[in-house]
Amino acid sequence: MVTINPDMCKGCGICIRFCPAGVLEFSDEFNSKGYHPPRAVRPEACTGCDLCGIYCPDFAIFGILLKTVA
Amino acid sequence: MVNNNPVSDLLRTDRMPHIWCSGCGLGTTVNCFVRAAAGCGLPPDQITVVSGIGCTGRVAGYLKLDSFHTTHGRPIPFATGLKLANPRLKVVVYSGDGDLFAIGGNHFIHAARRNMDMTVICVNNFTYGMTGGQVTPTTPTGAIASTAPYGNTEDPFNLPYLADSAGAVYVARWTTFHVRQATKAMKEAIQKKGFSFVELVSPCPTLYGRRNRMGDGLDMMEGYKENSTIRNGADTRDVGMDISGKIVCGKFVDRERPSFLEQYNTRLAARLGPSYKNYEGVL
Ligand code: SF4
Ligand code: SF4
Ligand code: SF4
Repeated sequence: MVTINPDMCKGCGICIRFCPAGVLEFSDEFNSKGYHPPRAVRPEACTGCDLCGIYCPDFAIFGILLKTVA
Repeated sequence: MVNNNPVSDLLRTDRMPHIWCSGCGLGTTVNCFVRAAAGCGLPPDQITVVSGIGCTGRVAGYLKLDSFHTTHGRPIPFATGLKLANPRLKVVVYSGDGDLFAIGGNHFIHAARRNMDMTVICVNNFTYGMTGGQVTPTTPTGAIASTAPYGNTEDPFNLPYLADSAGAVYVARWTTFHVRQATKAMKEAIQKKGFSFVELVSPCPTLYGRRNRMGDGLDMMEGYKENSTIRNGADTRDVGMDISGKIVCGKFVDRERPSFLEQYNTRLAARLGPSYKNYEGVL
């Protein structure tokens, strides 16, 4: 499962580009700083690998294995 | 619903968002570092981070660890003092190419030569970001900088070769594209006894990428992906970087050598006999 904190995001697009499961796209919305944060367009495809979480330079997104949460 | 980023335990989230530009690789290196610090087996209060000045120098202020933001070029002597006062600490120096290899170049070679027990992480973005994009000792020949509008005329340092020749016991280089490997390398470096060195090639889209037509942070990451090769154990003489953008990554050196304090205690014990008590810090 992927969690996004849109107001932390600076819109670099790195998470979107490198998510191996193609879960993310830019949102049409602006965040409070005027960037387009990502949104999960295919949340069911997320493996929780957390690659987005390691790449994000702004700590604005992370993935988690649902099994770990439960 | 989980709202808290699992790495936020080791971050001063109250100071965020950080000052770094959109697409700057520094945040990614910190992201890898906090994972390495959390996974290295040491309690957080035993890890101390020392930064110098510059965009990378800001790292110390964003970590929820004991951390120090020192004067320009001097994180290594500061870290040496910390280590010798309290040898139980794991001291990590986290700074940039300009701070560590121009202003502080002399300190780097001598700490490596002495095998001072510390980890040095150099975020190499080939420029002075904070002061406006001047040439640093790692700027490739031919690259455009604010102080080299016609292209840099100097040859750059090959950092792994410099660290290797000066005596480092662990030397690795990764880019911010190689997040898993970079995390593992920082963890190994933290766990290594002696002087360990990790170079992290990282985009400065604002002042280096833009001038050198490399695009934004994402384009520079794509460049790392396309132009890097992994050669663990490569001869460090062969891993220099140039304007072509080709980057050799890997773990190049992993060897054993007695650390500064081990050599010090061994020699004094041999000379002074049983009356000598091993130096174990002043605290
Ligand atoms: S990597 Fe982080 S800052 Fe960049 S677009 Fe994704 S969430 Fe935003
Ligand atoms: S956790 Fe992995 S699969 Fe899920 S959005 Fe992030 S990168 Fe994609
Ligand atoms: S100037 Fe360069 S190094 Fe500094 S924050 Fe911006 S992108 Fe990063």
